[in-house]
This record gives sequence, C-alpha cells and structure tokens, in this order.
Amino acid sequence: MALRGNWMYENNGGTCVAIAGADYCVIAADTRLSVGYSIYTRDYSKICKLADKCVMASSGFQGDLKALQKNLAAKHLIYQHQHNKQMSCPAMAQLLSNTLYYKRFFPYYTFNILGGLDSDEKGCVFTYDAVGSYERVGYSAHGTGAGLIIPVLDNQLKSPSPLLLPAKDAVTPLSEMEAVDLVKDVFASATERDIYTGDKVEILVINASGIRQELMELRKD
Amino acid sequence: MGYMCWSSEIAYSGGMARFAADVPTRGGFSFDLCQRNEMLLKKGNQLPTFRKTGTTIVGLVFEDGVILGADTRATEGPIVADKNCEKIHYMAPNIYCCGAGTAADTEAVTDMVSSQLQLHRYATGRESRVVTALTLLKSHLFSYQGHVSAALVLGGVDITGPHLHTVYPHGSTDTLPFATMGSGSLAAMAIFESKFREGLTGQTEYLRNHQLPNPRTYVSSRGYNFLKGHTEVLSTKITPLKSKVEAAAEVDEMEE
Repeated sequence: MALRGNWMYENNGGTCVAIAGADYCVIAADTRLSVGYSIYTRDYSKICKLADKCVMASSGFQGDLKALQKNLAAKHLIYQHQHNKQMSCPAMAQLLSNTLYYKRFFPYYTFNILGGLDSDEKGCVFTYDAVGSYERVGYSAHGTGAGLIIPVLDNQLKSPSPLLLPAKDAVTPLSEMEAVDLVKDVFASATERDIYTGDKVEILVINASGIRQELMELRKD
Repeated sequence: MGYMCWSSEIAYSGGMARFAADVPTRGGFSFDLCQRNEMLLKKGNQLPTFRKTGTTIVGLVFEDGVILGADTRATEGPIVADKNCEKIHYMAPNIYCCGAGTAADTEAVTDMVSSQLQLHRYATGRESRVVTALTLLKSHLFSYQGHVSAALVLGGVDITGPHLHTVYPHGSTDTLPFATMGSGSLAAMAIFESKFREGLTGQTEYLRNHQLPNPRTYVSSRGYNFLKGHTEVLSTKITPLKSKVEAAAEVDEMEE
C-alpha cells in the first residue's frame, strides 16, 4: 500500500460471479491479482470454502479478504463446537453481514458473494456490499468486470431479476451444464474488455454430491 | 470581430476593448482560457476524459534500417476501448512514427506532420529526412507546452542513414539506438538492455498483427437468444413519414 497520507486500502481487481439453480449453485472468480498496471500473480484464489455447502467469493482488497476469511472460519469453528453441526448457508449469510457491519467505520474493502445450498438443498446466492447489506438473489457479480457481466446475466438467466416486483423465487431454470457454460463464456467476454480480469477462472459447482472445482484458462494480457 | 472592436474603440475612447486590432498575434500557446478552466474545475465541472493508449511502443536501429513495434490495445481507464488499433503511423514512405499517450493527440500530430512533409517533398523535390519530421514534431509539441499529450518513437531511413528518435510531450527529443515509450516501456527496456547489440540484421516489411499471442479462450457453443419479451416495452408509437419529395426543377448541367 502506498502510504500516501493515510489511505489504507488498495484495489486488487478481479471479478466474481455466482448463479443459483434449482438444485445447484455455481460460483466463480478469476485468479489475477493486480495493483495499478502491474500483475502481482496470475494464480491467486479469491474463493473460500466456509462450510460444507457454503462458499464465498470476493473481489476488492485481498488483504482485507484474507482477514475476513480467517475471521469467518474461526466463528464457524466455534459454532460447530457449540451446535455440533455445520452452519447452513442462510445462517452463514447472516454471520457475514454482522461481521462486515461490525467494522462499519473502518470497513473490509471486499465485495462478497456467498453461494451454496440452503436447508432444502436448493441453490442460493447472497450478494453483499462492503458494510454488510445483503440480499438473497438468483445470480450476482462483483468486481471490475461486473459492469460487463451483469447485463448479460440479466438478459440470459430466465431467473426473476431482483429488480422485478412482486419478488419471485430466486433461482434460474437453467441446467447445471448450461449455467457453467454461461459462466465460462461471460468470463471470457469480460476478459476481452477489462484489463484487471484474466489469467484463469476458478469455477466451483456445489450440488447434493458435494463441491466440484474446475479451472479454465483465460487471456493473459 | 476586429471591425466591431475598431468601432467601439472609436466610440468609447479609453478603457474599452484593448485586445483587438493593434497587437499582432505572437504565436505560441494562448493561455486565454486557462483561468476560465480553473474556475470551472473549482466549481466542480469535470474536464471530459481523454482516451489514453496504455501502451508499449519500441524502436531499434539495425544494420541498414530501423524496426518499430507497438501493441494494439487502446484503453479508457480499466476498459479496453479498441482491441486492435494501429499505433504505428505513416509519416513518409521512408519514415514511420509510433505514438503513446492521448490517442487523439498522437493521430492529429502525426497526420499534420505527415502532410507538412509531403508538401515539403513537393517543394524540394527530395525524399523526406527523419530530422525534418523530428523538428516539425518537437516545435509543435513545445509550442503547446505539453498540453498535446503525445509521446512518440520516430524512426526512418533517409539519404543520411537510419535514424531513431524519441519525442516527449513537452517537446524534448533523444536520439537513440533503441528506445521504448508508454506504460509498458520499463518491461520492454529491460529486454532491450539485456539483449541489444550493434550490427543486427533484418529486412523491411510491414507486419500488421505480427503476433496474436492471446486469443479468446472460450466461445459458448450454445449461442445467445435475445427473444422478444425479455425487455419490457413500455409504450409504442408509430409515425408514418409522408414522402416530401417534390418534382425536381429543371437544372442546368455544369459545363465540362
């Protein structure tokens, strides 16, 4: 961090996306870590597995992200000791919101997306701002490439947009294969036009049988 | 405009418009609008942004000539505005110029000097020299005091041999055996400094898109449907345009 005055944050770039389906959830993030016009590393994971059926992806300041991940993992461990079970995705969502708001006046500079399966084994995606305001949605994207991705998801995912009223059940009727194909294509497109997105995209698919991980190459320039 | 000022000077003698007729223009940068710009900035108006080419441009002198190289990405902040733009500009049949900085500035200044060189060729009946282009560029950029944000790598071969120069936005120049400019200049210079030697050989050709090192990695085979009904239409209004053409009047043909 260039300690010009007391500016304590840095934007490391990158994009993350999540899509909720009827019985699956796809969550993806690119693996590039940049500062200004330089790339620090092409191989950095922005995704963290918080619980068996709950995964978090974030873009923004990776230093704060590491701290946040540690914090949540510790709280989850305590929960497991006290309740003798893993946290469900909606419970983790509330915990994340509280953790973020706790630092309301010196925020975690992270833009998070939580994805997983809820207690009925249906896909769920929760989207956050930097200080903990959250909402359950059918799909979401954050980061430097989000502006390029969200309009495409709005158009292609026949899931009710959070903008429509009355609020409907927030999952897309697309199949798992189609959703993964869409995520790959959308990342390849964002990479074409966003200088901070590229190198590789890490795609996690959460369904009844567990978590499957896939790594796809992206443009390196 | 000058006329009006004359009459006002006569009508209201003393104190009135003194800017006009008597003082001849001295050339150079006119700072008239700078105060107004500062005032607007203070008020909160933002200057419109320029498209900068976040760029790597390089040049190198070899045995009988000069090689110029450039990437093809033009950016507007963090977004790629053009994936395949041309940063090597034609100046003369034997002179080319790479441009980094504000895209409009590099285009305008190279076009302008290219035209001036052509006129000069007609006037002198000789092939253009690289130092001519250099002098025209530097004097233009200096007179604009760095506000024309063009950083150039100028190279060519003339009767006096191969030449390579860098031109900076404020108007200074360097003459070098190898040069790099732009935001990627440090990385490129690292390669040059480690590998350059005198007496390299090569041939003249224009290799547009010489390398396409990063092709798009994934294209969806499903394709995309943009069906009617995905976007809600709020209202429709159809106005039929009546034909407004009247019968053309008899027109005299232009004489040959």
